[in-house]
Amino acid sequence: MDYNASFALVRPELLIGISSLVLLLIAAWGEEKSARLVSWLAVAVLFVAGILLVPTLHDGAVGPQTQAFGDLFRADAFAAFAKALIYLAAIGCLIVAPTYFERLRAMRAEYPILVLLATLGMSIMVSASDFLTLYVGLELNSLAAYVMASILRTEGKSAEAGLKYFVLGGLASGILLYGISLLYGFSGGTSFTVVQAALAGDMSTGELFGLVFVLAGLAFKISAVPFHMWTPDVYEGAPTPVTTFFATAPKVAAIALTARVALDVFGSQADAWRQIVIFASLASIIVGALGAIGQQNLKRLLAYSSINNVGFILLGLAVANAAGASAMLVYLAIYVAMSLGSFVALLMLRDDAGNLYETFADVAGLSTTRPLLAWALLMLMFSLAGIPPLLGFWGKVVVFQATVEAGMVALGAIAIAASVIGAFYYIKFVKVMFFDEPAGVVTGKSGAGHWAILGICALLISPLGYLLTPSLGDLADKAATALFPLM
Amino acid sequence: MDGFPILSVMLLVPLLAAMACFLVDARTARMVALVATLIDFALGVVLWCSYDIGGAQWQFVEKANVFSGFSYALGIDGIALTLIMLTVFLMPICILASWESVTKRVSEYMAAFLVMELLMIGVFAAQDIFLFYIMFEAGLIPMYLIIGVWGGDNRIYASYKFFLYTLLGSVLMLIAIFWMIQQAGTTDIPTLMQYDFPASAQTWLWLAFFASFAVKMPMWPVHTWLPDAHVQAPTAGSVILAGVLLKMGGYGFIRFSLPMFPEASAQFAWLVFALSMVAVVYTSLVALVQSDMKKLIAYSSVAHMAIVTVGLFAFNVQGLEGAMMVMLGHGLVSGALFLCVGVIYDRLHTREINRYGGLSINMPKYALFFMLFTMASVGLPGTSNFIGEFLALAGIYQISTFVALVCTTGIILGAAYMLYLYRRVAFGEQKNADAAAMPDLNAREWAMLAPIAAAVLWMGVYPESFLAPMRADIAALDARIARAAPESDSQLKIGTPTGKIANEIAHHEEPGEEGAH
Repeated sequence: MDYNASFALVRPELLIGISSLVLLLIAAWGEEKSARLVSWLAVAVLFVAGILLVPTLHDGAVGPQTQAFGDLFRADAFAAFAKALIYLAAIGCLIVAPTYFERLRAMRAEYPILVLLATLGMSIMVSASDFLTLYVGLELNSLAAYVMASILRTEGKSAEAGLKYFVLGGLASGILLYGISLLYGFSGGTSFTVVQAALAGDMSTGELFGLVFVLAGLAFKISAVPFHMWTPDVYEGAPTPVTTFFATAPKVAAIALTARVALDVFGSQADAWRQIVIFASLASIIVGALGAIGQQNLKRLLAYSSINNVGFILLGLAVANAAGASAMLVYLAIYVAMSLGSFVALLMLRDDAGNLYETFADVAGLSTTRPLLAWALLMLMFSLAGIPPLLGFWGKVVVFQATVEAGMVALGAIAIAASVIGAFYYIKFVKVMFFDEPAGVVTGKSGAGHWAILGICALLISPLGYLLTPSLGDLADKAATALFPLM
Repeated sequence: MDGFPILSVMLLVPLLAAMACFLVDARTARMVALVATLIDFALGVVLWCSYDIGGAQWQFVEKANVFSGFSYALGIDGIALTLIMLTVFLMPICILASWESVTKRVSEYMAAFLVMELLMIGVFAAQDIFLFYIMFEAGLIPMYLIIGVWGGDNRIYASYKFFLYTLLGSVLMLIAIFWMIQQAGTTDIPTLMQYDFPASAQTWLWLAFFASFAVKMPMWPVHTWLPDAHVQAPTAGSVILAGVLLKMGGYGFIRFSLPMFPEASAQFAWLVFALSMVAVVYTSLVALVQSDMKKLIAYSSVAHMAIVTVGLFAFNVQGLEGAMMVMLGHGLVSGALFLCVGVIYDRLHTREINRYGGLSINMPKYALFFMLFTMASVGLPGTSNFIGEFLALAGIYQISTFVALVCTTGIILGAAYMLYLYRRVAFGEQKNADAAAMPDLNAREWAMLAPIAAAVLWMGVYPESFLAPMRADIAALDARIARAAPESDSQLKIGTPTGKIANEIAHHEEPGEEGAH
């Protein structure tokens, strides 16, 4: 394959990469004043990059014609699906950020550029077909994310979040690299194809260790139990727009990456890793649900909620077939809409001076003071709990259906029973907003950007969202098929 | 009525009205809700009139494949028809019941009730198992809000309990539904009703569905959410809860458990009987010692629902018809009793039985209505509950004399606690001056209670109107489950028909007598 063809396949990444450098120049000369402009330009760049994905996604591209640079990079339908979600989430996060930072006089033009760089890293991650590409993408994403977490450098909490994220992220990268080195040592290559071929048949102990370490490193990135402990702290400490970003785009990227590694590279050894994934899945569901119950801070609550949701997504992975992967992607898409909406709603809990509120006590009686916001949050919470007729229910349906159809009925039954524990804190959220006496601190008006994002998310997860399920399912099926080319 | 999507319209009217309620002030919201529920009631009457008795099993069928994995499919048979009628009949009355007693956040209250109506009709009309589940589960959201926002003092505990109890019951059913869809390859309820699942799998599927319906029903020992939810809910919430929501459990048994898993139903009939027998006796005794009127009626609901389950699992036509009639009758009567409690609660703001007394002196009209519904709850001949209870108990007698014996004590105990309640509230001396000063029914309360009283008497005197639409469906169900029917211990000897009507009086005219004169 010649270089022209390869470059054609990485058009979205090229666009984002070059644009972020150009925007960096604009930021360097324009300084603080250019922050808003850079922000909107970044949105436009991501939008165009997203449009570039449409043909790949629509045609369900798969096979050798998607491999670029000697199979270092795969621009197949699976990657396109994940990228589309990542770009959309990043656009949402870019739109809601300026209002927040401007109040603190901390809106820097670097912020949108960091988002772009992180998005570029994620884009590379989900397209990786070599462990080195994987690592480069992962680190590009992570380094940008560390800076973003501590972007409010004068605030202790933000700095602490950045440091924690950096140290634990570094540890995770180390574990991942160690696993990669073991796989390299025992298989003789870093390419997914080579490792996959080496793993076929009987697996040596070294390869098993490599597999476990790689999965452990990735579990850190998706914050699956038992590697979840950084999540609540980082989510709470990081500025809320950054948390919004962390809870959506990097999660999609890390999960898509995990799915590709597990189903493609380790595909022949599904029995070896399935038990790990099942354990991580059930543990995430239960710990995520139990951990959230005692929380007073809403950001911590949503952090546990995201751990809980990752459990359900991993359930789709544990099925280890195309139907499971498709279910996982559908859940992921719905999850992005739900968490984007919830965090944006948190960003809207402000008083007249613009100060943010983020504890249960502050949202008490929100339904009388800010009814529209409260009803949107009610929909989001019930959707996260998986109560029909909201779309979160559909996400659970596809995942559990895949589980049951693969014959893992007991697993599905245990997981769904555990989901009832999770429902408790979601309805507690609703109880505080609707049943309690108004605290009356949330009085401020919100900007049009916030309302727009919240409105779109609420509309997507409303019963109307079910009308999208045929096309969403269709795209997810195409994407999942790309992971299983032989089937 | 060909081609007119009447069921969709019945779903659409409350939905649009609910949205409208959000946009208008309290006074208008009340009117919007009342008008919408009355339109739905009128549509229900049209539905009933144009239902072709003896026609196709599924009528008013609509289908649109707009979703992935399931379709928007509606259609009703006679069983669903009667339950939809019950829903649309009670809804305007519920709105009236909340006319004055609900003063805060009226728009949201009315919207929640209209959404409830939409979901209840949807449950009974759904012909796709996913659509059914969505409607069945979605009811948790408005009901949670109704109890939590407008309920009594302990409303938060009650709303949590209601939500989590019913959710836990339902999710296991969802897993069973996935398995069934995979096995049968369809989500179409009529097809699933004819599908023969392997007997070994039926056991598990039945248990999963039972977990959901038993909580919804509610059956002893998972009934404890009901008294809490009832007592804390506002009057109209209790009416809907007792009147229609509890019927979803019975509807689930008759629509899913029995026709889809006949063998497992027979296998577990003893479990249902045992739980029902305990429920009848135990909850009746509990009802006897209650000092809170709503709680008493709530416990009596559990006892009545136990008669329903016993009738359903009698595996014969009488039992099934009886169970349906008890459901309809109990829907009316318990709803009316909650309204009666609501009437005096609105005046004195207490549900303590001891605070009242001698109401027949200052509220004679009220006492008359209350008397009628008390008697109907006891199962007096001429009222709706008599028909149902008699049929259900006659049905179970054919299967087990012992179960029939124990369950019949429920009637006696029912008479005990209901008459005791009535004596304490309506008769005796007027203990409290404030209770003695309460005015009698006003026009609005008349308009609430009179239609129910008429329906109760209609159902008691001429039950054929209600039995006729579902006769063919019950017969089809009976034919479907007959192969698994448990053995009878009553060993009835069915006599040969005489060819004459049962109560014919034979005139023996002895020949030749005349000639003796």
